[in-house]
Amino acid sequence: MIRSTMRRRLMAVGVALVAVLVAPLAWAQTRGLQQVTVEGASANPIPIAVTDFVGDATGAQISQVISADLERSGLFRPIDRGAFIERISDPGRTPRFQDWRAVNADALVVGSATQQADGRLRVEFRLWDVAAGAQMTGRAYFTQTANWRRIAHIIADEIFKRITGEDGFFDTRVVYVAETGPGNARVKRLAIMDQDGANHRYLTDGRSLALTPRFSPTLQEIVYLSYAQGTPRVYLMNVDTQRQELLGNFPSMTFAPRFSPDGNRVVMSLATDGNTDIYAMDVRSRSISRLTNHLAIDTSPSYAPDGGRIVFTSDRGGSQQIYVMSAGGGEAQRISFGQGRYSTPVWSPRGDYIAFTKQEGGSFSIGIMRPDGSGERILASSYLDEGPTWAPNGRYLMFFRQAPNAGGRAGSVRLHMVDITGRILRPVATPTDASDPAWSPLIPQ
Amino acid sequence: MKLSIKILGAVAVMLLAAACGSSTTPGPEGATASVAPGTPGHFQQVAGDRVYFETDQSTLTPDGRATLDKQVAWIRQYGDRYQTFMIEGHADERGTREYNLALGERRANMVRTYLAAQGVPAAKLRTISYGKERPEVVGSDEGAWSRNRRAVTVLQ
Repeated sequence: MIRSTMRRRLMAVGVALVAVLVAPLAWAQTRGLQQVTVEGASANPIPIAVTDFVGDATGAQISQVISADLERSGLFRPIDRGAFIERISDPGRTPRFQDWRAVNADALVVGSATQQADGRLRVEFRLWDVAAGAQMTGRAYFTQTANWRRIAHIIADEIFKRITGEDGFFDTRVVYVAETGPGNARVKRLAIMDQDGANHRYLTDGRSLALTPRFSPTLQEIVYLSYAQGTPRVYLMNVDTQRQELLGNFPSMTFAPRFSPDGNRVVMSLATDGNTDIYAMDVRSRSISRLTNHLAIDTSPSYAPDGGRIVFTSDRGGSQQIYVMSAGGGEAQRISFGQGRYSTPVWSPRGDYIAFTKQEGGSFSIGIMRPDGSGERILASSYLDEGPTWAPNGRYLMFFRQAPNAGGRAGSVRLHMVDITGRILRPVATPTDASDPAWSPLIPQ
Repeated sequence: MKLSIKILGAVAVMLLAAACGSSTTPGPEGATASVAPGTPGHFQQVAGDRVYFETDQSTLTPDGRATLDKQVAWIRQYGDRYQTFMIEGHADERGTREYNLALGERRANMVRTYLAAQGVPAAKLRTISYGKERPEVVGSDEGAWSRNRRAVTVLQ
């Protein structure tokens, strides 16, 4: 029963896991490869050899996508293919481990891509622990050939998980605000791309401002702010069908939306007569409940992953700080006590951290703290770093970085990715200036 | 220091407003000649269409109140020609997008409340916040930020 439901879901998106591949050798104790952890990310990423998958022409491309994914995480160092000694012709056979030890590979990825008689592509891979001489995992998938990139990301996620013990984040997408035009009249439109920048397309046409997209944790849907009908309002959009609708019939500006962890509710700010409070809306029934009632600005609400609490920004104490309250509203506890102003808190999907934007002195930073406010850690800092969004594994963040404006020209605005240690920080390529990233959950298989 | 920057800012704004008015023509001494009374250009020239705020504040400054008083006087005379007075609230870039949307709304409402208290029909007053998305000056220093923290009354 469960199996057939699973199967239908898998088939629906055209990616099907068909087999877990058993190692050709007896399953050996994995002892060579040390467990790396994201928390303990060191200056020594794991050297990994990702060989070109044999068979179909997509095989080499699949290997390149896997290799780039693993490299981007900062925890792996793919070895230059030119150094490889053994040429893999049959990925089903045990590799010559001494050849891979000789190029200092700790892990080895082999695989194949084969066109099937029915037109589908069969992709299989095996991950080997070189020092131990043992297979760590192996799987095979069927898919439409057009889906080869997704298979590559799914394989990269499997490798990441098997070696780090953390869920992967490669089979994900990012919605962001694409920015063009002069600084005083910027065109801001929503765009979506795979986490590695592929399959880029626009979701809005740029005729009106579109801001602050936020992904549903359960569906390929976003909520965002649009000026399409004059008054800024929160809208809901399915990113695949691009069907969009106004969320709620409020008398004035609604903004700062975010989904609940189950995707059934949207929490947002409503501004009326100069006062901003937080409201929650049931997406299906559209019933509304008011969660704060304070003369201060209460905004940027974000649910804890268990749905029980909400973290938000308020200036009720005189400056912007971060507060936590029950998801039903009521008393709020301030949790930020460092120097400076804190805003845009976002609860990690794992629940262990809250990410935030911090303004202190002349700079803006991205940081994380425990939900009780302890253990503050600044991960990135510049003239303007803003708007963190979590990868679904809660171990990486994306945010945007704006350079100062100069000579009447807008400073560049770019997406960046950082891990929770702050050691792995790198720009994320986009076709134009980019702000306000929203990281999707893992795409359902 | 701060004061002098503000004064400079105000002068620059007046010049800018004058330069922008399409019906404005330079006068003999380089000053601006009067534009057609009752037009938006006239409103900008005679009353001033915008007021400025301190960092992270929405209270009206003495300069701001003086400008709004002139707006009220102008609206008493010519306001019947317009359906709506749309007050646009803005913030500088030294805040997050979401907070600044709220701050812009608070500023716009401060102006709306003041104008309504001075007798401008409340039904004709509307507000919209642009947060930090529509700066008046593209710059990253106090001179630019001080002009971006503003509320603009737009005749519609």
